[in-house]
Amino acid sequence: MTQRLPRPAAGPPWEAPPEAEPVLAPEPVIRLTSVVKTYGTGEAAVHALRGVSLDVAQRDYVAIMGASGSGKSTMMNIIGCLDVPSEGEFLIDGIDTSRLDEQQLAMVRNRKIGFVFQAFNLIPRMTALANVELPLSYAGLRAAERRLRAEAALRLVGLAERMNAQPKQLSGGQQQRVAVARALVTAPSLILADEPTGNLDTKASADLMGVFDRLNAAGRTIVLITHEADVAAHAKRAISVQDGHIVTDRRVTAADAYPPLLRQPASQP
Amino acid sequence: MSPVQIFRFALAGLAANKLRSALTTLGILIGVGSVILLVAVGNGSSQSVQNAISSLGASAITVLHTNGSAGPAAAPTSAAGSTAFAEPQNLTVADAQALAQAQGVTSASPVVSTSQTLSNGGTSDSSVSLTGTYPSYFPAENDTLTRGSYFTTQEVNTAQHVVVLGSEAATDLFGTANPVGQSVLVAGIPFTVVGVLATKGSNGLTSADNTAAAPLTTVQDELTGFGTLNNVVVLAKSAAQVSTVEGEITSMLDLRHHETAADADFDVLSASTLLSTASSTAHTFTVLLGAVAAISLLVGGIGITNIMLVTVTERTREIGIRKAIGATPSVILAQFLTEATLLSMIGGALGVLAGVIGTRFTIVGVKPVTVPLSIPLAFGVSALIGLFFGGFPANRAANMRPADALRYE
Repeated sequence: MTQRLPRPAAGPPWEAPPEAEPVLAPEPVIRLTSVVKTYGTGEAAVHALRGVSLDVAQRDYVAIMGASGSGKSTMMNIIGCLDVPSEGEFLIDGIDTSRLDEQQLAMVRNRKIGFVFQAFNLIPRMTALANVELPLSYAGLRAAERRLRAEAALRLVGLAERMNAQPKQLSGGQQQRVAVARALVTAPSLILADEPTGNLDTKASADLMGVFDRLNAAGRTIVLITHEADVAAHAKRAISVQDGHIVTDRRVTAADAYPPLLRQPASQP
Repeated sequence: MSPVQIFRFALAGLAANKLRSALTTLGILIGVGSVILLVAVGNGSSQSVQNAISSLGASAITVLHTNGSAGPAAAPTSAAGSTAFAEPQNLTVADAQALAQAQGVTSASPVVSTSQTLSNGGTSDSSVSLTGTYPSYFPAENDTLTRGSYFTTQEVNTAQHVVVLGSEAATDLFGTANPVGQSVLVAGIPFTVVGVLATKGSNGLTSADNTAAAPLTTVQDELTGFGTLNNVVVLAKSAAQVSTVEGEITSMLDLRHHETAADADFDVLSASTLLSTASSTAHTFTVLLGAVAAISLLVGGIGITNIMLVTVTERTREIGIRKAIGATPSVILAQFLTEATLLSMIGGALGVLAGVIGTRFTIVGVKPVTVPLSIPLAFGVSALIGLFFGGFPANRAANMRPADALRYE
């Protein structure tokens, strides 16, 4: 059931993507069905995931926790369309990724997913603005619109005055907020954050989680991968992974409720 | 993803490591520059040889007397019947007169030549090459006068003792004094100097100026006897007609001497024959130089592969990031190919500049003459080199797995 990939929604990035079927149970943003991922073959095979099934609904805010080697990185790679499952099915917005070639996977990553990495992963020697514009370039937007959208995204994460700074001129917290701006600038279905606070101090971590909370309150679906309990506490649902299985799946609040630790409820950031 | 945007990314990529980009560019610069310069040097030397040969008289054809099938290497002898081969006949004034009537021929001057010692009483000059001929010989040989005049046909018919000296012979005998009207002894026989020729310069090993020319009849009377002519210098109406005239001379003389090409007692030589030999030699030389330059261009291309591989490895993580945020393999491929092609084209453009500037100087005595085609060719090849040698590293970048590339430290 390969769908035509829509262009990024035309509205500003802080608006939630339009809900297609609000009355009936909405399609989950991501659906993993008995996903198995094995690296290598024979004796040397590593079973990173041994049959994981998971649905993430729109507007949900999910923390995936686990020790290193638990399979959470593999899960993140599959959810991020950076890797494909060996067995089972992975759907994002109803699109079966196993049927996509590398070109189409790149487009899914561009239109459907916004990545935030532990190591920020900004491109050096490019200004914050240029970094945020980058996914829009790959989406084929014209320069004027790219700039407009990128500026809006940077304002949203509170970096309006540092737009023309290069990554090395920014603090870790600022770099990570640029990365968040880059992740949400295409108005993706899902923001996927891999240990986003791993390289940040407590204050910057708290600021960043505040940004995520507000984004979720504004309607963004977020999946966080972390091993810190206080980061996971921001999520509405905490899943822990161990030895390639989901061991616990605890819901804190409803998917369409406000995030539990949101500091400025109801206010637009 | 617009081509403009890909071009910008590529430029930013090159600017990120300016020294490395500059050094890689230098490899192509040297390659392209040397192709243009060395081909120009080859071409220049070929042209200078051609100019030297055409200064000998592009429309002059020399008919050499030979001893029949013994070939042109055998020295011409004065008497007939000195050989066991088919009776070679003398080359005669009548032959020359017949040739002068042929189509496309301006003049045909019979020539006997001999080496003589000239003296003016006090000073003497040995081994002067003395030519006995008609006045039409001088224009055929591209000779000009600095003093006096040539001898006349009338003087030839009446076998006057007059002589025209080459510039070197004149200086040797008379120094800076005006030799016209003076007397010189040729093998002890007095001749009156009527003119002095302009300097022609050295023609390889022998000087073209240590010469003297006197009426054919006089020289035959006094010095060589009435055997065969050494040669006949035929002047074609134009350089373009030389080969036609050559054919005509051959058939006329074959007819007159009742012989076939196999036992011909003469050889027909022209500047154009020499010219074609010289140009094919020069062409080989140019190709050789071009090949050496092409190798340096190839080495420059390998330099591009090398540097692009380093760049791709070094930027693995960046490639991973770009892929994670939606760069398709073809966009990554295009970016790195553009980087490689930019490197080679910038190098190519600078190489063209360097090559063209280089051709303004004289190199080892050769004035280079740019071959116009070599410029677009060298530049085009440099652009292709970027595509070809950048292809492998760019392909490697495009096919990186994003998950692995992101983990790369």
